[in-house]
Amino acid sequence: MKLLSRKGAICNTHGQDTPYFLGWQEYEKNPYDEVRNPNGIIQMGLAENQLSFDRLESWLAANPDAAGFKKNGVSIFRDLALFQDYHGLPSFKKAMTDFMSDIRGNKVEFDPKNLVLMAGATSANEALIFSLGAGEGDALLLPTPYYPGFDRDLKWRTKAEIVPIICSSSNGFQITKSALEKAYKTAGKKNLKVKGILVTNPSNPLGTTISKEELNLLVDFIDKKQIDLISDEIYSATVFNSPEFTSIMEILEERKLRDTQLWNRVHIVYSLSKDLGLPGFRVGAIYSNNPTVVGTATKMSSFGLVSSQTQHLLGEMLSDKIFTQNYLSENQKRLKKRQEQLVSGLKNAGIHCLKGNAGLFTWVDMSHLLKNKTFEAEMDLWKKIVYQVGLNISPGSSCHCSEPGWFRVCFANMSEATLDLAMVRLKDFVDSLLTSSTSTSTSTSAERRVYKTKSGSRWKLFKWICGLMFDKREQDEWIDNYCF
Amino acid sequence: MGILLELHDTDDQEVQSPSVELSKIAVSSAHGEDSPYFSGWKAYDENPYHEIHNPSGVIQMGLAENQVSFDLVEEYLEKHSEKALFGKKTNSGFRDNALFQDYHGLLSFRKAMASFMEQIRGGRAKFEPTRIVLTAGATAANELLTFILANPGDALLIPTPYYPGFDRDLRWRTGVNIVPIHCESSNNFAITPEALEAAYETARGLNLRVAGVLITNPSNPLGATIQRKVLNEILNFVVEKNIHLISDEIYSGSVFSSSEFVSMAEILEDRKYKNNEKERVHIVYSLSKDLGLPGFRVGTIYSYNDKVVTTARRMSSFTLISSQTQHLLACMLSDEKFVEKYIRINRERLKRRYEMIVNGLREAGIECLKGNAGLFCWMNLGPFLEDPTMESELEIWKLIVNEVKLNISPGSSCHCSEPGWFRVCFANMSENTLEVALKRIRDFVDKMEWKRGGRKPISGNGAGDCKPN
Repeated sequence: MKLLSRKGAICNTHGQDTPYFLGWQEYEKNPYDEVRNPNGIIQMGLAENQLSFDRLESWLAANPDAAGFKKNGVSIFRDLALFQDYHGLPSFKKAMTDFMSDIRGNKVEFDPKNLVLMAGATSANEALIFSLGAGEGDALLLPTPYYPGFDRDLKWRTKAEIVPIICSSSNGFQITKSALEKAYKTAGKKNLKVKGILVTNPSNPLGTTISKEELNLLVDFIDKKQIDLISDEIYSATVFNSPEFTSIMEILEERKLRDTQLWNRVHIVYSLSKDLGLPGFRVGAIYSNNPTVVGTATKMSSFGLVSSQTQHLLGEMLSDKIFTQNYLSENQKRLKKRQEQLVSGLKNAGIHCLKGNAGLFTWVDMSHLLKNKTFEAEMDLWKKIVYQVGLNISPGSSCHCSEPGWFRVCFANMSEATLDLAMVRLKDFVDSLLTSSTSTSTSTSAERRVYKTKSGSRWKLFKWICGLMFDKREQDEWIDNYCF
Repeated sequence: MGILLELHDTDDQEVQSPSVELSKIAVSSAHGEDSPYFSGWKAYDENPYHEIHNPSGVIQMGLAENQVSFDLVEEYLEKHSEKALFGKKTNSGFRDNALFQDYHGLLSFRKAMASFMEQIRGGRAKFEPTRIVLTAGATAANELLTFILANPGDALLIPTPYYPGFDRDLRWRTGVNIVPIHCESSNNFAITPEALEAAYETARGLNLRVAGVLITNPSNPLGATIQRKVLNEILNFVVEKNIHLISDEIYSGSVFSSSEFVSMAEILEDRKYKNNEKERVHIVYSLSKDLGLPGFRVGTIYSYNDKVVTTARRMSSFTLISSQTQHLLACMLSDEKFVEKYIRINRERLKRRYEMIVNGLREAGIECLKGNAGLFCWMNLGPFLEDPTMESELEIWKLIVNEVKLNISPGSSCHCSEPGWFRVCFANMSENTLEVALKRIRDFVDKMEWKRGGRKPISGNGAGDCKPN
């Protein structure tokens, strides 16, 4: 048959062939299940927040109107069904901006008029790049390590390039002035015009908030180079320890940069996928003080609007300030506890991590377990961890980390029991590595031990109850989806 | 190095003149928002008709929305809210659903969509759930396909008149061009092999590589299905030129009589799914028109080409459908009783509305193209134009918006090559409002005749006699 477009088919910057995605595939072939598949692979490569669903569920149960297309007891189904205005549902936008303010301790105020809704941060990031006019021949500077999905989201259809701002473990992977300068020069050497910098704050995969010093550095830099700054603050409500979260907007306010040219060059991307644990609902947003960017992005949002059904539900939920206050504080507590469980489990296995205070994952240093300090050795170790230990974690190379041996390990998408099991498996593996005289890569087909969980009988009871609630069709569909 | 530019913005907020260079995409008018299509909306927004509160306001007849069958959907929701809407008892389904962001889409929803599409076509074509790619609306689906099938600078051939939104959806971010396939009223705007060839030559003459043909069937704005013979000719054409064919069948459930709609899927079935034919055919669908749910953002791409399906699926990451919405519609559309009833009654009501408007217009001395589908009719005001020019068309359009207070869409915004045609929507208002609109039109025509000294309008451009389809 004939050729498909260069952009669509032949180009593989969709990134689907990286370990990040391959690890997912392995997991999907053999997913861990406490009862059905206790030797399966435990998913620790998925940055999902599953810790606070009960809060959402109880709110839903107490407020059936929100999911039932009703407002103040009256059906607004028709209005919602017809509502496709790319300006977004006003009540929802107000609730979103209020929520964003709350997360920032009300140190910043957001104007709903400057918020553009899009179907997820994936969509928002891409649209923002398009709106800033970044395309072929342009570069975005991103500090490493960064979220692997950016390779697809920012480059695939826009044709822009990413040039890394290389950060090192020597200072906790913080962004430095010289790293910024170096990246800028590198872009120039490649004949690329730098359009802007994109940072994720709190950082994925580091699990840390960006410091005020770094933020100020960034502001100085974009001022000097006359470029834009995108701050992806998708994890802003997952900060569970000091230092506190500082949004880029706070820095601008502190430096009295409101209404200056710089004010127009800083943009925030947000989403409810991580903070609220609702990735399926596709709720993302661009926030900008630049009316041109807002105008362009608004029109562009036609290609990825948020379902009005979802806007209404979440508008009602986020307008309930009592609920949101409680949710935010409880969610933080649970994340903190879970992270501590992971960190101490790792420590128990002799593994250290970067001191994290945010996010749904920990940035783990396993360089001491490498055969040698190369990315090939990192890949070897990663494969062992996926196939032999049965943990899908994300290798640092897939996040463009410049130093081999770092891994991102998620903790908020599984039960405590599963996390315990994962730590047991890991400790056993590390012990075996350190006690074996030869390299384990020469050992014959690995024996996967059978692990029993402590809560086996509790799980069985839970399943029995579930069986009364789910019908078989839903159960089968669940299996279908994971094995598709 | 600042370039001061003023941007035309439909928002109320003032746009500052930026002192830094704007991106091409920001200044490009390919977002299409400067056309009359959108400025008519403005007139409506500033003075919207309301039966009680504003009976002399502008009646919106430029919006192709289906509001005639909401009660059927509401009835379904009343009966099934527990399951479809994560009611109190089945709350535990909420968690899995909220986490579900797999770009394959909910299997139950894809199955339901495939089945719905089959039922609309009276079972004359089969759709496999594995070939369905979900996108947030047909707007996204069309753009996505364009990204995949065409390179920047390439051309898509589209028969005129066409939906004004295509100018933005297919061109803006993709950098792809549209070259019109000119259709004429003399044969009821049917697409001819000559017109296809001519468009192809035009594109080549402009040094544009032609990536494919995009048709809307049933047609917007014509409100008519494309005939089987023509569909076969179009398929022959794309095979001969070795290009793609996108068939936007977004109005397929709005055909007044099921037997009159022939889908591209049926043509492929008739022709035994030959490899070199099916590989180039891609069907776009959505629930925005047939189910009247544009707010829910439900679009699909159905392709017979595996590579396109895989690539489109990955690309759909940028435009996924809310899992909450997928769940609701999976429940609703897998309910066979509901679907059968909905399709049947929706058709009947649309047909009734269509007859009402066409007869009402005829009483005013206005003829329409004979239509059999859609949410609008294609009205001919050619005989009323001062001169057979686009300027005259816009003059009469301004009169209609500002004095008669009806927002209708001028043919020129749909790239119609003949002046005087207008798209008039009829499914987005109550029957009472439609009566009011028809009365206003009758009064307007009487006034025009009086101005001409009582002469009846002459069918000047040959389009006054509308032959049956």
